[in-house]
Amino acid sequence: MGAQTPNGFSLDASGKRIVVDPVTRIEGHLRVEVNVDERNVIRNAVSTGTMWRGIEVILKGRDPRDAWAFTERICGVCTGTHALTSVRAVENALGISIPENANTIRNLMQLALQVHDHLVHFYHLHALDWVDVVSALKADPKATSALAQSISRWPMSSPGYFKDLQTRLGKFVESGQLGPFKNGYWGHPAYKLPPEANLLAVAHYLEALDFQKEIVKIHTIYGGKNPHPNWLVGGVPCSINVDGTGAVGAINIERLNLVSSVIDRALEFVEQVYLPDVVAIGGFYKDWLYGGGLSSKSVMSYGDIPEYANDYTDKSLLLPRGVILNGNLKEIHEIDLNAPDQIQEFVAHSWYTYPDETVGLHPYDGVTEPNYQLGPKSKGSKTDIQSIDESAKYSWIKSPRWKGNAVEVGPLARYIIGYAQGKAEFKEPTDKLLSDLGLPLTALFSTLGRTAARALECQWAAHKMRYFQDKLIGSIKAGNLSTANVDKWDPTTWPKEAKGVGFTEAPRGALGHWIRIKDTKIDNYQCVVPTTWNGSPRDPKGNIGAFEASLLDTPVADPNQPLEIIRTLHSFDPCLACSTHVMSPDGQEMAKVTVR
Amino acid sequence: MSAQIETFYELIRRQGITRRSFVKFCSLTAASLGLGPTGAASVAQALETKPRVPVIWMHGLECTCCTESFIRSAHPLAKDVVLSMISLDYNDTIMAAAGHQAEAILQETRQKYKGQYILAVEGNPPLNEDGMFCIDGGRPFVERLTEMASDAMAVVAWGTCASWGCVQAAKPNPTHAVPIDKVIRNKPIVKVPGCPPIAEVMTGVITFVTMFGRLPDLDRQGRPKMFYSQRIHDKCYRRPHFDAGQFVEEWDDDGARKGFCLYKMGCKGPTTYNACSTTRWNGGVSFPIQSGHGCIGCSEDGFWDKGSFYDRLTGINAFGVERNADQIGLAAVGVVGAGIAVHAGITAVRQLTTKPRDNIKTISSDPTNPNAG
Repeated sequence: MGAQTPNGFSLDASGKRIVVDPVTRIEGHLRVEVNVDERNVIRNAVSTGTMWRGIEVILKGRDPRDAWAFTERICGVCTGTHALTSVRAVENALGISIPENANTIRNLMQLALQVHDHLVHFYHLHALDWVDVVSALKADPKATSALAQSISRWPMSSPGYFKDLQTRLGKFVESGQLGPFKNGYWGHPAYKLPPEANLLAVAHYLEALDFQKEIVKIHTIYGGKNPHPNWLVGGVPCSINVDGTGAVGAINIERLNLVSSVIDRALEFVEQVYLPDVVAIGGFYKDWLYGGGLSSKSVMSYGDIPEYANDYTDKSLLLPRGVILNGNLKEIHEIDLNAPDQIQEFVAHSWYTYPDETVGLHPYDGVTEPNYQLGPKSKGSKTDIQSIDESAKYSWIKSPRWKGNAVEVGPLARYIIGYAQGKAEFKEPTDKLLSDLGLPLTALFSTLGRTAARALECQWAAHKMRYFQDKLIGSIKAGNLSTANVDKWDPTTWPKEAKGVGFTEAPRGALGHWIRIKDTKIDNYQCVVPTTWNGSPRDPKGNIGAFEASLLDTPVADPNQPLEIIRTLHSFDPCLACSTHVMSPDGQEMAKVTVR
Repeated sequence: MSAQIETFYELIRRQGITRRSFVKFCSLTAASLGLGPTGAASVAQALETKPRVPVIWMHGLECTCCTESFIRSAHPLAKDVVLSMISLDYNDTIMAAAGHQAEAILQETRQKYKGQYILAVEGNPPLNEDGMFCIDGGRPFVERLTEMASDAMAVVAWGTCASWGCVQAAKPNPTHAVPIDKVIRNKPIVKVPGCPPIAEVMTGVITFVTMFGRLPDLDRQGRPKMFYSQRIHDKCYRRPHFDAGQFVEEWDDDGARKGFCLYKMGCKGPTTYNACSTTRWNGGVSFPIQSGHGCIGCSEDGFWDKGSFYDRLTGINAFGVERNADQIGLAAVGVVGAGIAVHAGITAVRQLTTKPRDNIKTISSDPTNPNAG
């Protein structure tokens, strides 16, 4: 029954099937099915994106300067990163350069998102895969305090603090109304933390919930609100006026001070709470090194955070750029987002139709015709799926490939590439974390490694916020106040036809938008999104994507409570609204869909 | 950190709500559910004995910005809402349970708390492809949504997706995504639009119920009057510049640096009903206009399809701040009703805000802009 995939994984679907739907604590809608062998080890994995919105067809015919607002609504969790990608794509197409201050402010917003998103992901979307909330009731507050003080100088660590928290938690649990903690896998054997570590983590879950709302104030100041701050083609919408008439209505000294204060507090929280927690929790799970999947083979990052405005080359990008294939860390392949043979999307196993489904199409030339159907081996009906047939079409996500290779993207991919490039700011913290945990480099290729890389990147991003805020202040001191270039704001200045690409490293990985403009309107808009890479179904050759690969060979203690499955899926921070909106300019095909 | 676990009844009594008001609330709630006089007693019994009202928060086609906004609430803290005010038994973005353990919560809630739980909806259902553009538990989201609505006490439509349709319903609406009141017809729906709504508006709507013991007053479109009865423009701190004719003419020009009015840059504040210019965002730090970008009108029905965000509005009716959306709607179409989620109103408002009326001063329009208005 077994089969080998071209990218080196063996699949065997003969054992018992386990279905998890909905996969919760993610953005959007995801289903996963696995087969386990007689020892309950996962031997086959099938991930299905279960939503589709069609944002790109909606964009057709609209003003390119508006596209950021539409694409920003692809995702409210990684809010802003699509908008940034979009304004970069439009600027690339029209040859618009932005002022240095605008680049700095954009970097600050993108970094603030990384810090916020990573923190919220760890505590509110992922921690409950490692932390048993109910077990915290058994903790000794004094011992919890001692544990807290042994790993960090964070001041909220007294025995009384933990005692109060435990009392509140106790009353909450006694009420019988567990709210968001209802029906969790409490008491599951895959939870390894002692009660004191659980209580500490619950305390930080709540503290992080209080604190995360502070980080986004950086978006509020430069972009007016969060979620979904405002952006601008040609720069940023906020103006700088530090001491002239009307300064009170612009980026002034009070605004700059507020941003600085948020950055300082974010750094403190990340370094005194988040990182120590990851190390402490990691220490109890260092024998659980499943979930590596594609990460030890093929990873990709486009790079981001340009040091210099309008320079998107390796020299300028502070986040690493490149592709690693087949685990060869000695060779970093260069990426060309415009090359027709590099990034291609396939639909053989996606609910779309191509004229020839054995080939992939570059985003500039994408075709999308929805084609929802279930394979002959599926169980249930078209509107009540019991079990999916992965030999046929089975997901609203397409399969993007880089030169035919399935790759993993995200913080772990970025750290592996930065490590392979020998960049000290990525290599040294990684080596230190591994040595603190007493683990070899290969341990990085795991669920735990993915979670740890995200924490390291959060720290990196917090420091870079400080750097760019100082850079902004330095620029203002030098008399440079410009935040927008309006030379090509007026569409009458645009060429009749143009095309361009914008890219970022979203919290979840490599993100690209491709745009074609014709007669000042959007003629074609395509997004290829991190979770499209990670959550992709099989391609025509049978290569599996990162989600599916990561689940293989993991033992599941209790198939009825598949904690291990969601733990590994969550380590990718899946974002399904992002991944499954993909739609071509040929969206007129949609007319075929029956309107009920 | 300590907080007592109180019943809903104890909580509202502590807020000074009389027993008589409480009973009235129960009767109205029961009546809205079609439960009759005995229903009122069962609602009362549940609220007197159950510590916190169960809330089921479902996601359809959406981007999760509403949940993200909700957790930004500074007063009350999202933590305190979830631990002490409501029982958030289902929210797929933050809940611990997954798969069939998550499914079980929905079924249990329907049975155990029939007519006693609040259904909060983020996002909306697509109707094309038999609803399978949004699959949840192997089934169309729309089926699960209507099932959960059928036994709910009341429904909250979070954000512009659930209230009006939002981005996936923008033309040509390829999935045929519809606001929830198109598929939930027999329940009171409180609409809290915005993309997303302001965090403190979201928690404000919830705490209003626990503090005052009744649903907030709604306008004819189903929006709480306390947050949605005035336009951004009415209370904008840059309004004096509008009145003085001082405008930003170009991004980052001298007027932009001085905080002049953004009307000419396409600001939709004059036609947008929301609390941004008063409550502001993220603990009152700023709001879009304060940070230099015009309002894009994200709490308005169909705001994606009203031309570019940078097209200037033409023919703004400078009707006074004393006229709220209700009165304007009533005056325009002559419909009187206290119903919830009446759609006629929005059309009327749109007509009013896009066509000049002879008895009202019309401000300068831009004849060179074919997309305006």
